[in-house]
Amino acid sequence: MLKLTDLTKHFHTKHGIVRAVDGVSLTVPNGKILGLVGESGCGKSTLSRCVMQLLPVSSGSIKLNDEELTILSAKEVRRHRLDFQMVFQDPYASLNPRMTIFATLAEAVRQRHGKISKTEATQRVATLLETVGIAAKYMQKYPHEFSGGQRQRIAIARAIAPEPKLIIADEPVSALDVSIQSQILNLLRQLQRDLDLGMIFISHDLGVVHYLADNIAVMYHGKLVETGSADDVFYRPTNDYTKQLLNAVPKIARHSDV
Amino acid sequence: MPLLSVNNLKTYFDTRAGIVRAVDGVSLNVEKEQSVGIVGESGSGKSVTCYSLLGLIPMPPGRIAGGTAMYEGTDLLSCGEKTLRTIRGKRISMIFQDPMSSLNPYMKISKQLTEPLEIHDNIHGKKARHLAIEMLEKVGIKDAEKRIDSYPHEFSGGMRQRVMIAMALITKPDLLIADEPTTALDVTVQKQVLDLIKDMQRDLGTAVIFITHDLGVVSETCDEVNVMYAGRFVESTTTKDLFSNPLHAYTRALEASIPAMHSKGEDLHTIPGLPPDLTKPLHGCSFKPRNLLGDASLCLTDQQPELVETTPGHWVQDCPGCRAVRKSE
Repeated sequence: MLKLTDLTKHFHTKHGIVRAVDGVSLTVPNGKILGLVGESGCGKSTLSRCVMQLLPVSSGSIKLNDEELTILSAKEVRRHRLDFQMVFQDPYASLNPRMTIFATLAEAVRQRHGKISKTEATQRVATLLETVGIAAKYMQKYPHEFSGGQRQRIAIARAIAPEPKLIIADEPVSALDVSIQSQILNLLRQLQRDLDLGMIFISHDLGVVHYLADNIAVMYHGKLVETGSADDVFYRPTNDYTKQLLNAVPKIARHSDV
Repeated sequence: MPLLSVNNLKTYFDTRAGIVRAVDGVSLNVEKEQSVGIVGESGSGKSVTCYSLLGLIPMPPGRIAGGTAMYEGTDLLSCGEKTLRTIRGKRISMIFQDPMSSLNPYMKISKQLTEPLEIHDNIHGKKARHLAIEMLEKVGIKDAEKRIDSYPHEFSGGMRQRVMIAMALITKPDLLIADEPTTALDVTVQKQVLDLIKDMQRDLGTAVIFITHDLGVVSETCDEVNVMYAGRFVESTTTKDLFSNPLHAYTRALEASIPAMHSKGEDLHTIPGLPPDLTKPLHGCSFKPRNLLGDASLCLTDQQPELVETTPGHWVQDCPGCRAVRKSE
């Protein structure tokens, strides 16, 4: 379980203090998906970078399974980082084009399991690929030989390879076509069920977030303005900003049920 | 008479791997003040269709292999670059997905906005600048008089897209082609930009062709929609009909893939496989291998299905397999 308490991250700039994350408290239980929404610049990415220990926090606490992460030394942070993995928006940019899929995934597996034999690595990589729905026989191929949807599957396999406790998915389906998007969303749901992962799913597409997430947190100017179950936030928003955000989602006019 | 009438447009690319039939027989009418949508996956030929109309296809490797596009008595496909230059940016304008890469980073906004006026309307100097400021105000940029001397990087993404729109509409075109105008933007900004296009359309009477992959955007903005797959339209109808009575298996599959149309916890429909390789000539129905919502065994294999009008204004490819409705499991 991930627990953030009163997390703040301030940047000191020429023009004064930017309060990118300003007193955020939230919890992500294992096996649950938290949808984080908000417009660009609201602090979503800074928040996820703080959780990933890529940025030191200004104050507040981040606890993963009751272990405080903000006080760890740099060395310990590196060890702990395996527990969090990220999936990024652009699968074209997030895989190393010069490494085969096997090399990419085996590297990630070895992060957790140290030196393992090639046979064992092959076996683990095969299992990983199977989990995300790609045939193991393709493991010697390079990223450019796969389609966008397949690449995002590989990026997801890469993220779950070190057996993390938490995955932060930053707009993982925004760059994909609707048909591929639905494959990836189905995959994420399946992983959440099977691996009991906690997940922070960042997206600006409220339809997608409502469909996937158990809980939704709405962020505005570095603060959480509304949190609640996905249905509550989506159907019964109380905050004005949330209402405004929901109002902006293009609606598909249904004239009859199909 | 429609404003723009495209008939059987074919755009091919000669590549080392063979001829890519990117657009293969597309027909489309746009009436004055109408919004027409083209939806489809990446690579379906949406953008190439519109680029072809404006002569923006690099030739070679591209070439217009057939068809006509009549705009006020001129065939845009065969009129030549000189004539096209008097139309492009003046009578027909275009806005692109990424406002950062379509504005010149070295040029002040003022210069980029007045350029179309200088070229097409012979308006220069103070008068042009005045019109540019007016236009910026119209697209909702505050403090336009000051902001006009800024460079593109000084604007946020949504603001840049507004500048693009101002630039496209400053010559009061008859037709605006919007290629994924909001894909790179936030929902709130997306709404502002879509509303802005709608407002400008009402004020100036401009017709709009929307290229998008977002069915939600289509539903909110377009009067008519064309669903494109593998270089051809598979279904064309009014927006209302497309969502209430989708006929083609591909249209139904697209609609079934949208999370917003599902309740939580329900599995989303996925379209298996990939779009066909367009370097190989297609014999028969292009959607056959991915057809799950119809009956793939009935799909045409000997000839490509033609569009037929099932009810007035509702056109669909006449492939028995894609029109069949699979009984839900």
